[in-house]
Amino acid sequence: MNTIVNFMFAAIKAGTPLLFGTTGEIVTQKSGNMNLGVEGLMYMGAFGGFFIAYKTDNLFLAMISAALFGMLGALIYSFLVITLKANQNVTGLALTTFGTGFASFFGEMLIEGGSPKLSQKMTELLSEKPIPVLGEIPFIGKILFSHNILVYLAIVIALIVWAYMRFTRPGMKLKAVGENPAAADAMGINVDITKYVHTLIGGAICGMGGAYISLINGNGIWNNGCVNGQGWISVALVIFASWSSAKAIFGSLIFGAFTVFQVRANDFASEFAFLSFLSKIPNAIYVMLPFVITAGVLIVSSMRSGGSDQPASCGTNYYREER
Amino acid sequence: MNNKNKKISIHIAKRPPLPAKTVTLLYIFAIFLALCFGGIFILCLGVNPFKFFAKVFTGSLQSKLARVALMRIIMPLFITSIGVSVAFKMKFWNTGAEGQFIMGAVFACWAAFTFENLPQPIMLLLMAVSAIIGGGLFGMVTAFFKCKFGTNETLLTLMFNYIALYIVQLLRDGIWRDPAAGGFPKIAQLPENAWVYQLGGIDMTWVICIILYIIANIYFSKTKQGYEISVVGDSQNTARYAGMDVNKIVMRTMFISSAICALAGMFQVAGDGTSHTLTTGIASGIGFTAITVAWLGKLNPTGIMAVSVLFGILEKGCGVAKSTFNLSPAVADILQGIILFVILGFDFVITYKIVFDKKNANAEEKKGENA
Repeated sequence: MNTIVNFMFAAIKAGTPLLFGTTGEIVTQKSGNMNLGVEGLMYMGAFGGFFIAYKTDNLFLAMISAALFGMLGALIYSFLVITLKANQNVTGLALTTFGTGFASFFGEMLIEGGSPKLSQKMTELLSEKPIPVLGEIPFIGKILFSHNILVYLAIVIALIVWAYMRFTRPGMKLKAVGENPAAADAMGINVDITKYVHTLIGGAICGMGGAYISLINGNGIWNNGCVNGQGWISVALVIFASWSSAKAIFGSLIFGAFTVFQVRANDFASEFAFLSFLSKIPNAIYVMLPFVITAGVLIVSSMRSGGSDQPASCGTNYYREER
Repeated sequence: MNNKNKKISIHIAKRPPLPAKTVTLLYIFAIFLALCFGGIFILCLGVNPFKFFAKVFTGSLQSKLARVALMRIIMPLFITSIGVSVAFKMKFWNTGAEGQFIMGAVFACWAAFTFENLPQPIMLLLMAVSAIIGGGLFGMVTAFFKCKFGTNETLLTLMFNYIALYIVQLLRDGIWRDPAAGGFPKIAQLPENAWVYQLGGIDMTWVICIILYIIANIYFSKTKQGYEISVVGDSQNTARYAGMDVNKIVMRTMFISSAICALAGMFQVAGDGTSHTLTTGIASGIGFTAITVAWLGKLNPTGIMAVSVLFGILEKGCGVAKSTFNLSPAVADILQGIILFVILGFDFVITYKIVFDKKNANAEEKKGENA
């Protein structure tokens, strides 16, 4: 039982940065912008968050800073794609190059100025501790209610985004813009502003995901290559979650489970005799599976008669005179 | 609406295509401008940007060793970018170059390990054919789904990158694990008869680059297939009305695109740069950089050549400049990013113009009110 509990706990912990990235990318894609720069945004957020946490010892400011750095990246993207109508794929990739370079450049300066390590106070604040009462429930308490504070932040943001899209007017307008910008324009919605606002918000959420990686996964020490592909996995997860941030909560759990499973497969195999085959499966299969499944989801969803759940205009820019 | 007479409408209109010479000059100016922005950034860090760029340029060319290292950056980047540009001309967003590159290396290694005793020329030929067929089909699968079901190719090819990457890991930990490595998971070095020939102090991949450059130029502008690609890229409907088999063209083009990327992978693993060994880091982002290079080069072989060289110099030169100025080599990524941003911005100036018209705005508004 302990094996399962520990595994679930670790899966949630590993899935959280993906949940941030995915939620951010969902908001962005819903506005019709396919931002492939999530990796870069997360890197910028990772640096922005870590730097402020390191300098000020204030978690709140650190998360704000991470969000602002993510926004800065998203602003570059938005200006090029929305105002200047640049190619979305290429701009996204450029953002990834830029963001990765940005974090590792300034990270290097941080390292040279003395080994950057978060203070005792900060690591204490970010440590995993059970929530009073709820954390004492057997099994569930450990799995769900004993995490670091940022895990809950990610889930709350995902739920807010989900409710925003489903129940609010701006959320509906956002979907209209993503599905058919010309029709939205005709309805009197300001397409460009809607795109700007949501791409920036999406960037901010991705940036916070980066901060999660640098603050939590790095054990308080800065690492230049910390994001290491998690931005790209987040893009995959958007598809897996079929553009719903509520589904993304479960999706991130599953993806997180795959990433930790390679380490835990042996535990399972030794504890349960019927699972002994697990330890014989190569690690590469476990890490590959999320991508294989996502590719499968992508293909199957496109086979359905209604088409995929992807916002229809996603990937193409809106140019009024061409409608 | 009170200030109606003050209102000036600004709208964007497509401009008629500018002459090629003006466009080239504008892009050269854009790169210059980008380097200025980069220079300001470097100045803010307290380093003289003129000295820095001078060092980047001379540093990347200073010795034979540096020049060889520079070529090793440029060659795979150029081949892969050409591969990407073939699909991009058709507006098929192949973001899977990284995976196709990796699979090319995998299939080349497969040929080398399976038929290990062939004479070198036959071996190299077999490896190339195997990479082209294997890597080409790996990419064509995505085109198949795109044609059949309309699956989003950007996202699908993106997923395939990671599948390819973990296939290498799977092989490394499994059937291709080198027993001689003493428990350390690695794939064995290719046999010597599978190494690319040396020519002029470097492996002869550069000859392939030149041949590919010539072929690409001819293919794009002089052949029926090249013409078909540009028609499908402009409008699939036009292509259909003209009686073209769009699905066939899309699948064929994607095969060619990924086969070229795979060929780059084959030369990477059989060349000197990687000590003739397949690792999980074989592509290390070349496939992604190639997409930006292809775009910056305006999908034109000459442009791609120029941008590959520019990016190569930045990457190599910033590595050399580190010791002099104590700036992290990651500054190369930042500079590349800035160049991309500025050029993407310049695309706007070249394609569109901003029209200010006061009269029309009022007229339009009135029309709207009446209706």
